[in-house]
Amino acid sequence: MEPLIALRGVTKSWGGAGSRLALSRVDLDIAEGEFVCLCGPSGCGKTTLLNLIAGLERPTRGEVTVRGAPVRGPGPERTVMFQESALFPWLSVQRNVEFPLEMAGVPRAERAARVERYLKMVHLWRTRDSHPHELSGGMKQRAAMARALVGEPSILLMDEPFAALDAQTRDVLHGELERIWLETRKTVVFVTHNVREAARLGDRVVMMGTRPGRITRDLAVKLARPREANDQDVTTLAGVIERELKIEIEKVIREELDDAWTPAGGGLPGAAGRDLGGGI
Amino acid sequence: MGFLALLVAIWAVASRSGDRFLFPGPDDVALALRDSVRSGLLPRAVLKSLARLAVGYSVSLVAGVGLGVALARVRWVKDTLGAVVLGLQAIPSVCWLPLALLWFGLGEMAIQVVVVLGSLLSITLATESAVNTIPPLLVRAARTMGATGGRLWLRVILPAALPGIVSGARLGWTFAWRSLLAGELLFISGGLGQVLELGRELHDMALVLGVMVVIVALGLASDHLLFGQLEARVRRAWGLDRA
Repeated sequence: MEPLIALRGVTKSWGGAGSRLALSRVDLDIAEGEFVCLCGPSGCGKTTLLNLIAGLERPTRGEVTVRGAPVRGPGPERTVMFQESALFPWLSVQRNVEFPLEMAGVPRAERAARVERYLKMVHLWRTRDSHPHELSGGMKQRAAMARALVGEPSILLMDEPFAALDAQTRDVLHGELERIWLETRKTVVFVTHNVREAARLGDRVVMMGTRPGRITRDLAVKLARPREANDQDVTTLAGVIERELKIEIEKVIREELDDAWTPAGGGLPGAAGRDLGGGI
Repeated sequence: MGFLALLVAIWAVASRSGDRFLFPGPDDVALALRDSVRSGLLPRAVLKSLARLAVGYSVSLVAGVGLGVALARVRWVKDTLGAVVLGLQAIPSVCWLPLALLWFGLGEMAIQVVVVLGSLLSITLATESAVNTIPPLLVRAARTMGATGGRLWLRVILPAALPGIVSGARLGWTFAWRSLLAGELLFISGGLGQVLELGRELHDMALVLGVMVVIVALGLASDHLLFGQLEARVRRAWGLDRA
């Protein structure tokens, strides 16, 4: 089957000559309805990759296609959720969620019904008249989720949407996202540096490495849903991903810190147990 | 209020112990104000000044916001007019008066030029910085939701910059008010500035002080009633101040 999203030889560099490679010849296929987590250390280009799919940035070389058509800019079939809610502070929650429908020219009566449906889906219908600054961080991300879903895109792109939340709120929102995903069957591309989050949510965990940014491993996750953060399988898988990524993370730290820094022993790749559960 | 009453009391005592002619007390000033209100001199002057201010300030506001937006978003405007705007900021508005008088003659046009040039640039610079400092994330998010071109401007960029633009408009208002009075003082044209000059010519110190009190009162009232309320409302709605 033809993939919904396809990246072919995608390279992205910043600046002109002597530039830094954010992504180097990345190939990636994402099928319709998949929940893919992009997981890697800072600087591995996972956010850049998401922005390329979103159409917010253009590849330096290579091509990004959605349903076979090259991505030339942002489009209503691909919505993005950011780490910050990016809600408009001058609009109420309801008007914020209505905004993409207004931009798409949806008639007023239909807008109201759709806004109500999605605000209820994220349990914010009662707070629809509040302004963003009156909401907690978790509520803001719920509102942002409703805004991302209300236009009924086929692809939901999420850039560390829960990274700024406390652990309890994040757990709750993981459950909500999983429930909504099971209901709507969107294709989700979810960027995170949190391995437990990747194991908790993904059908597939695509691990990335740095300098240059590239895909190091593509891991299928065949765990039952709905999952819990504390499921033994999720914890085990998170450990596997973490060990895989550790070598890349240490590379970043070594470049950022002084020479005297040495990695703590134990978890280095190649150590015993590295593949524990990796092939399931 | 209590503090204001104390100031008036000190003023009354101080004027009693000095030269009543050069330093009239609050009672003398109140009498002078009453006379000038009765004769119609002061009300006419106030109306004339406020009417001028309304015209000149409206022009400044529209042109200043437009120019500020252009400076923030259009590369070649920034490259050409950016330095000019900053340079012209160095000229006190009343210094435009000789030029305006020679170009436009002794008329309304000359004084409006002074008012507009006095307030336009501060509104321009405030608008430019307000547009430049809106969070880039809001614009990115808006683009992913299909906002482009004019709609991106009207629905996202201008609302996001509004608190900064309102602050600039408030600053521009006080500059317009000062420029107007300076202009009126220097050339005979009716208006509050001229009444001030009249008081000097007649050696009527009570009238001079009276007009100054009126200037302060009008300045405070317009700033507080018009802009104080507006700015507070915008900042609350935008979540910049917790109510």
